Amino acid sequence: MSDALPKTPKLDELEKGKWPSFVTEIKMAAKKSPMCRDLLGQLEQSYEEKIGYWKHGGIVGVMGYGGGVIGRYSDLPEKYPNISHFHTMRINQPAGWFYNTDALRKICDIWEEHGSGITNMHGSTGDIILLGTTTDELEPTFSELQKIDFDIGGSGSDVRTPSCCCGMARCEWSCYDTMKACYDLTQAYQDEIHRPAFPYKFKFKFSGCPNDCVASMARADMSIIGIWRDDIQVDRAAVTEYAKNGMDIKADVVDNCPARCMDWDGKEIHIDNQFCRRCMHCINVMPKALAPGKDRGAAILLGSKAPIIEGALLSSVLIPFYKMEPPYEELKDLLERIWDLWCEEGKNRERVGEFIQRVGMGNFLEAIELEPVPEMIAHPRENPYVFYEEYFEEDEGEEEESES
Amino acid sequence: MAKTVDEIADAMYKLVKDAFGIKKLKPMDLTKAMMELYEGEVDKKTCKAAIKQLIDSGKCVYTYFGGSYVEIPHKEGSANE
Repeated sequence: MSDALPKTPKLDELEKGKWPSFVTEIKMAAKKSPMCRDLLGQLEQSYEEKIGYWKHGGIVGVMGYGGGVIGRYSDLPEKYPNISHFHTMRINQPAGWFYNTDALRKICDIWEEHGSGITNMHGSTGDIILLGTTTDELEPTFSELQKIDFDIGGSGSDVRTPSCCCGMARCEWSCYDTMKACYDLTQAYQDEIHRPAFPYKFKFKFSGCPNDCVASMARADMSIIGIWRDDIQVDRAAVTEYAKNGMDIKADVVDNCPARCMDWDGKEIHIDNQFCRRCMHCINVMPKALAPGKDRGAAILLGSKAPIIEGALLSSVLIPFYKMEPPYEELKDLLERIWDLWCEEGKNRERVGEFIQRVGMGNFLEAIELEPVPEMIAHPRENPYVFYEEYFEEDEGEEEESES
Repeated sequence: MAKTVDEIADAMYKLVKDAFGIKKLKPMDLTKAMMELYEGEVDKKTCKAAIKQLIDSGKCVYTYFGGSYVEIPHKEGSANE
């Protein structure tokens, strides 16, 4: 094959505009990598013919691991022999995605030697995605990565690589140490990450505050979101300063409060904290004046997923407040009860949120031995969807009395 | 009497081998089958260790076809040379 880049009029359209282009990046890599040249050729053909030419292979991996390698083969291996095998490797990212340049260079060097050289930093799972290698190169790549303390992440029906926001490392709103929790659970569940044993995937995501920068509420089966249970901290002088500098506190803060729990009298801000929904809006608008309370922890939510087999779900509250301190024993106990039940009763390719929908939240809570609480609601200020047996028993008793 | 990891691994291997080409078995299918076959003589922990042994020895491999399965090593249909 010639070293010249294939003609790619369709793909060239994706280089126009001010934003970064993956096509430009592949073209740069193609100057050195025959794999990338064939990748451009096959991709252009796919755009031209509106047909995808990838086959999803199912067996490739490294010895002992059941996840982290996604098999991919070209459906046109005679025409594009360099991408006949084009497997993806998911590599467990450091908590909070903190690297030094030395670590990044080493990863890139390994990948240029053993793969196509192109990466996706980072995939939607949060992992470092190394795109394109052959079956023979999987073990050598894994071995090289281990030497620089990187491990393969999750894929398939296992615990997917846990991910977290940068938390206390950079963000003053963080209500718990997301990086520590993410690292702890990643280490605790190595077996579950590398050896798929579940009905389907299971994701954790750790957000330090309700701003939920890693979108755990929408993307993680278990969303662990930082929260506080006392009052919002108010610096009254800073509030006055915002007003003096022209901020319309009533329009921009008070009127946008979803709970209508704030009031501004032109001089002071008053917050009825018992009605606060922890939405973070006021804190985000006046970061110098307001801050989360001091009694901080996390809300544990369960059940979200993107639409694959069935429609999208958001997580809903399981534990309204948990102190989130190492070694997180109560959380791990709860998690293992959930996994036991889901593994026992879950259908193939049924996410835990779908499982809860099928069996009902009441039955689910009873099976995992968790007491229902009023915070277990579908939306703020709606009725709890958990009913109390004592309540029904009382009702039945009253009816019997009135009948007699 | 409680079954050993080796005994469970052997029984699981037979199950996987017999099902090859007919039905793909997930790790939980193997565990459930063992719990049923050796009721009271095996627990989930032993089953987990048995699956680990099968994979680490190379007698079985994890495969992925929409979900993850345990199968005996074979050349998959979609694999190019």
